[in-house]
Amino acid sequence: MQSWFFTEDAYPYLPEADTYESIRVNLPNKYYDPDKGADLYHMYLDLWCAADELGLEVMVNEHHQTATCVVPAAPIMLGILARQTRRARLLILGNPIANRSQPLRVAEEMAMIDVISRGRLECGFVRSVPYEAAPANVLPFRGMQRLWEAHDMIVKAWTTHDGPFSFEGRWFHARQINIWPRPYQQPHPPIWITVGSGRSTIPVAQHQYTGAVFLAGYPRIREIYDGYRAAYRAAHGQEAPLDRLAYAALVYVGENAQQARAGAEKVLWYMTSNKVPQHWSNPPGYHPPAIAAQIMRGTRGGAGLPLAPRLDEQMARGNVFAGTPDQVFAQIKNFWEYAGGFGHLLMMGQAGFLTYAETLASMRLFTQEVYPRLQELTASCDSERLQALRACQPDKEFADLGAFGVEFVR
Amino acid sequence: MQAGVNTIAIQGIDLQVARQGTGRPLLLLHGGDGPQDPLPFFTRLTEHFEVIAPTHPGFAGTAIPDHFDTLEDLVYLYLDLLDVLALHNVILMGMAMGGWVAVEIAVRNTSRLAQLILVDAVGLKPGDRDTRDIADIFGLPAPEVAKLLFHEPAQAPSLTTLTDEQATRLAGDRIAHAMYTWEPYMHNPQLRYRLHRINVPTLLLWGASDGVVPVAYAEAYRQMIPGATLVVIPEAGHLPHIEQPNVLLQHILASVAR
Repeated sequence: MQSWFFTEDAYPYLPEADTYESIRVNLPNKYYDPDKGADLYHMYLDLWCAADELGLEVMVNEHHQTATCVVPAAPIMLGILARQTRRARLLILGNPIANRSQPLRVAEEMAMIDVISRGRLECGFVRSVPYEAAPANVLPFRGMQRLWEAHDMIVKAWTTHDGPFSFEGRWFHARQINIWPRPYQQPHPPIWITVGSGRSTIPVAQHQYTGAVFLAGYPRIREIYDGYRAAYRAAHGQEAPLDRLAYAALVYVGENAQQARAGAEKVLWYMTSNKVPQHWSNPPGYHPPAIAAQIMRGTRGGAGLPLAPRLDEQMARGNVFAGTPDQVFAQIKNFWEYAGGFGHLLMMGQAGFLTYAETLASMRLFTQEVYPRLQELTASCDSERLQALRACQPDKEFADLGAFGVEFVR
Repeated sequence: MQAGVNTIAIQGIDLQVARQGTGRPLLLLHGGDGPQDPLPFFTRLTEHFEVIAPTHPGFAGTAIPDHFDTLEDLVYLYLDLLDVLALHNVILMGMAMGGWVAVEIAVRNTSRLAQLILVDAVGLKPGDRDTRDIADIFGLPAPEVAKLLFHEPAQAPSLTTLTDEQATRLAGDRIAHAMYTWEPYMHNPQLRYRLHRINVPTLLLWGASDGVVPVAYAEAYRQMIPGATLVVIPEAGHLPHIEQPNVLLQHILASVAR
């Protein structure tokens, strides 16, 4: 199992949550102190460089107009890391290409990063979360169609080497496409796409891309991964390789249970800070009408109330792996078997006020004591055995997902 | 005349059209609040006119056609509808977003039209780039939107009392509304250069308390449409057909009688 270190680069120095309506979209940037922001950027870059040195892979992402993630341009972070890291694979998960007015810019940026890093880019594409609609001024309706059209343009730009071609789609247009540089990896960097439902995995599996799942946990992971595996089998006549599935969770490893819990509570800031009213979390066309209706009526999350996720509950759901190295290994192994296997663990190892030292301590423990066992686990498995292990665990029953996770519905 | 709701096939779309009443044909184009045929205002209207009221595709649980992307798709759908029904001497009336559709129809072709009535219509961008001419109803909490829409916000339907089916329908309406109006938001930048083409009598009816497009916005429309008149309706917001249906009807009847 490849493990990836990830932080959203939050700016956590905010006033009391009851003094503002939303942490996203319309929180005034007068609350952002560029001096503190500079320190944070350097701390986060140092963490990624440390991950590279420890032997972990690197993952970055982007959001806009939000204190939860002060990286509105992930390619800039990745450009720095392409130069400053030595060995790690560099995953951007991802480029919100449904919201980009010109996907060619993405094709160019990604080709540059791939060349600078000498072929270490893993290029993710995402539809992005609902709160991105307002900052992007893009209607989320038909977002997946926009994503795939932008994808088609980018891949063709990466793989066409004999001069200009024309692409005039429904949403994206260019008549003289001929990017310089072209990617380092041939025919192009590996592609990842986020998936949130069994149905959304179908085109991803057909393309043999890696499908990445954020925080679906025990309640939804089987539907999604089973969807991917079935679509892969149908399209290619063989089992999906393990490395085509990825799972993102919050992770904190401590020397003892008490220290681990303290660290995990800090990482949980990612969830507890996510105060977003429904006019940002429920833009028209992001959710299907039945789900949007539930949010409108307040029977399902996003109604302007601060969310109150509890650590124990989030651990039980498989959204957080936290504890001593033995405990974390057991938690991941159990989830991995329940899910029917996956090849990538995307670890949100830092959030909120978790310090550099606290983050690094957890990453070290993970790398030294958990990671080798995970690699052994995935190395020694075949799909038949995995399915047998999966069959040993009955479907877990959970109450409705409620507030958290609805933004990952597609 | 056929009573009730018909389905008319145009452009491969099964367009739902409520067609009711006798008298001069009145093509009624609803706004983002959805079809009006369940409302008392609609019934009153059918006592004086043959009302032809299509449901914009995507509203009231109908499908958004695969090829639809913009408000202009509605404009050509209704230009076709006028042809298919072979209507003449039509009173074209549109509310809010439907008013915008009506204006876009009128700047293209008035040959089937006798008169244009715009009720709290959007579509125009009178101010400069830094002026928010039209409230961003997709970027505000529901209670704030209710204050903009209604003179008396207590009139706003309560979301919590809706059935699942009603709420889902409302959520679907919101998607369609946004698809037709998202960007440029609720307007066509070129429209102002085309309004001079409107050569039928035009009446602007406007809620005095409209917070989405205030009376000053109506005044800009009045100045740009040749010979247009503006009547402001007291104690009404963006939806006078809900808050002041009788007053609205009286103004319509008075204008048609002239």
